[in-house]
Amino acid sequence: MRNVIELKKINKIYGSQVKTQVLFDLDLAIEEGSFNSIIGQSGSGKSTLLNIIGTLDQPTDGEVYINGKRTDQMNKNELATLRNETIGFIFQFHYLLPEFTALENVLMPYRIQYGKVPADKLKRANELMALVGLEKVKNNKATNMSGGQQQRTAIARALMNSPKIILADEPTGNLDSETTETVYNLLRDINKEMGTTFIIITHDRRIAETADRIIEIKDGRIALDI
Amino acid sequence: MKLSFNIALRFLNSSKGQTFLIALGIAIGVSVQIFIGSLIQGLQIDLVDTTIGSQPQITITSTSDDKLIGDYESRLSDISSDYEGVKHVSPSADGPALVTSDEENYSILVRGLSFEAAEGIYKTKERLVEGSLPENKNEVLIGTTLKDESGIQIGDEVDVLTSSGENQALTVTGIFDFQVANLNSSWVLTTLETAQSMFSYDDRITGIEMQVEDVFLADTISSDIQADLPEDLLAENWKDQNASLLSGLNGQSVSSYMIQVFVMISVLLGIASVLAITVVQKSRQIGILKAMGIRDSAASLIFVFQGLMLGIAGAILGILLGLGLAYVFTRFALNPDGTPVVPLYINPGFIALSAGFAIVVSTLAALIPARKSSKLNPIEVIRNA
Ligand SMILES: Nc1ncnc2c1ncn2[C@@H]1O[C@H](COP(=O)(O)OP(=O)(O)O)[C@@H](O)[C@H]1O
Ligand SMILES: [Mg+2]
Repeated sequence: MRNVIELKKINKIYGSQVKTQVLFDLDLAIEEGSFNSIIGQSGSGKSTLLNIIGTLDQPTDGEVYINGKRTDQMNKNELATLRNETIGFIFQFHYLLPEFTALENVLMPYRIQYGKVPADKLKRANELMALVGLEKVKNNKATNMSGGQQQRTAIARALMNSPKIILADEPTGNLDSETTETVYNLLRDINKEMGTTFIIITHDRRIAETADRIIEIKDGRIALDI
Repeated sequence: MKLSFNIALRFLNSSKGQTFLIALGIAIGVSVQIFIGSLIQGLQIDLVDTTIGSQPQITITSTSDDKLIGDYESRLSDISSDYEGVKHVSPSADGPALVTSDEENYSILVRGLSFEAAEGIYKTKERLVEGSLPENKNEVLIGTTLKDESGIQIGDEVDVLTSSGENQALTVTGIFDFQVANLNSSWVLTTLETAQSMFSYDDRITGIEMQVEDVFLADTISSDIQADLPEDLLAENWKDQNASLLSGLNGQSVSSYMIQVFVMISVLLGIASVLAITVVQKSRQIGILKAMGIRDSAASLIFVFQGLMLGIAGAILGILLGLGLAYVFTRFALNPDGTPVVPLYINPGFIALSAGFAIVVSTLAALIPARKSSKLNPIEVIRNA
C-alpha cells in the first residue's frame, strides 16, 4: 500500500522569545486505508502533530506530504482546497454551525467547494445521516441535539466530500463510554467499507488497541510504533 | 459567493435582537439625515420663495437717457423662446407720481403692467383682497397700506400728479396685499396703456421682468441674455441684489452637510464596532469553515454581506422613520393659522442619496470585521476550544 501521508524531519517550536520545542525530528508515514491511533500523555505533542498533518498548522521545519503533494510550501488557498477535498476533521468539540440544521452542516464541505447542491449530493448527505443513525433529527438545529448526536453529525460532515483521510483529535473525549463505543464502531465500519485512512488521537488505551497501528508520542518523539 | 451570502443571512437571523439594534442604529442615522435635510431644504425653499418668489428674478432696464425700451414686443417673444428655463416674461411701464386725498399727498409708484403676463410673477389675482383687476383705461389697484392711510375706497376717483406735472384722474377698482408694507403703501398697479399715456412713454416701456424655473440659475441665464442685448439695455438678477440672503443660505447648507456627515460617521463607527464584535462571536464558525476549506475571501464576504444587508434594512427603516418624523412635524409643529412652522421639502432624489450613502457606509464599515475574519487562523479557534 502506498503512503497517503508522509512526514520528514518535522520540528515544531512554539514562541519566538521563549522557545518551546514540541516536536523533534519526527518522521512518520501512514499507509492508505489504514486505521491508526495516536496515544501519549497530555502535552506530549499529539494535537500539534495532527494539526500539522491536517495543514492547519505549519512545522517550523521539515516536509509534509499529503497524497504525494508537498504541503508546507502551498499558499493558503491551495491548502484550503486540499483540506476540503482530501481531509475530514473530527475534533473533541463538534464545531457544528449552530445557525444551520444538522443536514445543512453535513452539506457544508460540499457547498464550500461547489456552491449549489445537486440531487445526488443531497442524497449522499441523507445517506450519511442514516449511516450515523440520525435520520430522525437531521433537520434539527445543531443546538437541539445531544452531545453524541452532535459528534455523529460532525463525523457525517467529515465524510461528506469522501476525503481520503480523516483526522480525529479525541473525538469521543466529551462522550460517555457507551456512546464512545458506538462512535468507534462507526469509524471502524467507515474505514472498512470506504477505505478511508484514519488517524485518531485517543487517551483510551482500550480503544487504541483496536487500531491497526498504535503510535505513542512521548516528549515530541515517537516512543512506540506497533 | 452564494454560500457567504447564505451564512451571512443565517448569522443575522440567529441573533435577531442584535441585528435589529444595528439596523435601528443605521435607521436613526438615515432618518435624522432625511429629516434635517428635508427641513433645511424646506426652509430654504420657503425663504427663497417668500423673498423672491413673487418678484421678478431677472429684470431688463434701459441705461439710455430716457430709460425707455422701445420695440419691446419682439424682444419679449425672443426672450421667452430663446432662453431655456425662463418661465414668465412681462413688460412694465413704471413712473413716480403723487396722489392726493383729503389734502394729503402720498408718493406712489405707478406700475403699468400687462396683467395677464404679470400674473405669473406677481400673482395679482391671489393678492387681491377686494374688488377686481383693472380692465379699462385709467383704472387702478392700490395697496392695503395706502388704503388705510389715505382712506381711499374702491370706486373712488383719485387725482394723480406725475413727475412731469401732468394731472390724471384714476378710478380704484381693487385693493391688493403683497404682504410687504413698502409695496402696499407705494405701488399703484394699472394697465400698460394707462401708464404709457400718463407718462407719455408712447409705445415704450421701462422694464422687462421675468421669472426662471430654477431661481439659482438666474445669474447664468441673466448673463446669457445680457450677451445678446444691445449696449443700452442691462439685465440684472436677484442674486446681485441679495448677497446676504445667498450667504445665509450657503451657511445653512454647509451646516446641514456637516450634521449629516457627522451623523453618518457615528453610524459608521457604531456598525464597525458591533460587526467587529460579531467576528469574535462567530470565530468558532469561521474557524471550522476555514478548517473545512472555505477561502479567506469567502469568509470576508460573509461580513461584507452582513454590512450590506444591515445597510439596506437600516436604510429602508430609516426612510420610513424619517418620513414619519417629517409627517409628525408638519402635523404638529404648526403656526397659529394651522400652516406648518416650516414646510418640509420631501425630495426623493435626496432621500435615495441618503439611503444609498447609508448602504455604502455600512458595507464599508463591514470591511474592518471582514479583514479580521480573513486573518483569523483556524488553529487559534481549534486549539482554544
Ligand atoms: N500555541 C502554543 N504556544 C506555545 N506552546 C504551545 C502552543 N500550543 C501547544 N503548546 C505546547 O505544546 C505542547 C504540546 O501540546 P499539544 O500538541 O496540544 O499536546 P497534546 O495534544 O499531546 O496534549 C504542550 O506543552 C503545550 O503547552
Ligand atoms: Mg491534544
